[in-house]
Amino acid sequence: MLTETMINEIINGTIATLYMTIFSTLFSYLFAFPLGIALVITRKDGLYPLLGVNKVLDAIVNLGRSIPFIILIVVVIPITKLIAGKSYGPTATIVPLVIAAVPFIARLIESSLLEVDNGVIEAAQSMGASIPTIILKVLIPEAKTSLIVGATIATGTIISYSAMAGAVGGGGLGDIAIRYGYIRYQTEVMMVTVILLVIIVQILQIIGMKIATKTDKRIRN
Amino acid sequence: MLAIEPLIQLIDLGKEYISQGATIVALNDINLEIFSGDIFGIIGMSGAGKSTLVRCINFLEKPTTGTVVLDGNDLSLLSEKEIRKLRQNIGMIFQQFNLLMQRNVEDNICFPLEIAGVKADERKKRSQELLEIVGLSDKAKSYPSQLSGGQKQRVAIARALSTNPKILLCDEATSALDPTTTSSILSLLKEINKKLGITIVIITHEMSVVERICDKVAIIDNGELAEQGSVENVFSNPKTDAARKLVYHNNNAVMEMKGKRCIRIVFDGKSSFEPVIANMILECRTQVNILFADTKDIKGKAFGQMVLQLPEDSIQADKIINYLKNNKMIVEELIDYVN
Ligand SMILES: Nc1ncnc2c1ncn2[C@@H]1O[C@H](COP(=O)(O)OP(=O)(O)O)[C@@H](O)[C@H]1O
Ligand SMILES: [Mg+2]
Repeated sequence: MLTETMINEIINGTIATLYMTIFSTLFSYLFAFPLGIALVITRKDGLYPLLGVNKVLDAIVNLGRSIPFIILIVVVIPITKLIAGKSYGPTATIVPLVIAAVPFIARLIESSLLEVDNGVIEAAQSMGASIPTIILKVLIPEAKTSLIVGATIATGTIISYSAMAGAVGGGGLGDIAIRYGYIRYQTEVMMVTVILLVIIVQILQIIGMKIATKTDKRIRN
Repeated sequence: MLAIEPLIQLIDLGKEYISQGATIVALNDINLEIFSGDIFGIIGMSGAGKSTLVRCINFLEKPTTGTVVLDGNDLSLLSEKEIRKLRQNIGMIFQQFNLLMQRNVEDNICFPLEIAGVKADERKKRSQELLEIVGLSDKAKSYPSQLSGGQKQRVAIARALSTNPKILLCDEATSALDPTTTSSILSLLKEINKKLGITIVIITHEMSVVERICDKVAIIDNGELAEQGSVENVFSNPKTDAARKLVYHNNNAVMEMKGKRCIRIVFDGKSSFEPVIANMILECRTQVNILFADTKDIKGKAFGQMVLQLPEDSIQADKIINYLKNNKMIVEELIDYVN
């Protein structure tokens, strides 16, 4: 059975995982939201076409998305040290998590915003709405449901990335699973951490989807 | 004598699109004057350039050549910001209604007022007035997804009118609606024109819409202005090919009867034949050809039989048969009656 120290470690690991996930998601959205919006409005048929800018942003996002996360962690160690002061532990792990998640989330946001009907945008333009007004009052509110679903997916992905960071001393449940389960063959520790990760992701999914459907006014009720 | 200035002037208007290297001339040298209080129809086949034209009126589309003058303002001389300001005084409605799906009816109507910077309590008051005008006072808190097409278009009209515009642009506003709803929306537009004195520009591909409510009409064909004038003049005496094509294509009176299906209907005294046939034509909005009739009117009751040639369109033909059957007529389809 699990010892008391083990249980404490798992509790701390869970807290560390939640801490990494919450802050990584928040910081990622801080960067990804403007990036996603820029990707949408600078398109050829966008509100503010800037083809050159669009191509550059597109390339950066694709590049970021194509680097495997485990390699990215190592590559960005200098940046991590610069920002977090060290390269291991939960706080330091937030840095590569954000770098990996921003391009991914920017794409999610882009595709959500692109779902908004062009006709509605045209209607807003015909009323004399400015570009910022259209973004804030048409694009984002009309894409709300899809954006919430996207955020649910993004958070789930960040949790699994954070677990992966455990392989290089990132802290959290993934770290515990590898240290005890993989290196010391304590299968029951690994099982418990895996179950905890699954439960966290599941709860998140359920809550995210509930909010998405509850707030969607396109559904007749 | 003082000449009346037109409210909308299109001067040598041209619009080209570059698409995959090729240049598409969507509009070519359009000159048009629309006066205050008019209900002006712009009609043309699909792809003729109607939407491009109407989008040029509020500069949603910048013309390649020529310009638009609204109430004395040459739009090509205005800044982006000034144009946005000006658009606040031009309402626009669309075929697909284009309502904000995540906002309720009231908040949709308030949206142009929000853009114009009107205060919240004033917006609310105005939206209630407008809901009354379009007859949807009970739907203020409903969402667009809970409304029918006709109701959505009413909300769109209320929204377009919220800023008290001088001009209302309608791009195929009734094309997604059934005939009855179309009729009620057109009546509403007419009423708005009369009561509020708003100049209405109606873009459509349907003759019936122009006939119903427009005073004047312009025919657009292949990006060019083919003909314009009063509705009676243009429709009764179309001069250009484009006009003739439109007038006759849409006009049932000259529709050829090419259908092969014929039916025999029997009158057994239970009904009076005139209302049955007349109502069927009205209800189904189509024509039939009476090939043979042997009927007697005995004290207002019809006896006898009639052979009708049905329209070629099988949906229309079935509609007629169903209508007659639903009205307790004895209907029998005849094979090879005409060939
Ligand atoms: N944004 C665009 N890019 C390229 N071609 C366009 C664009 N908008 C319209 N067109 C072309 O211009 C012509 C007129 O289109 P439109 O004004 O939409 O016609 P209508 O509304 O009469 O059906 C069509 O040939 C159409 O393909
Ligand atoms: Mg069109």
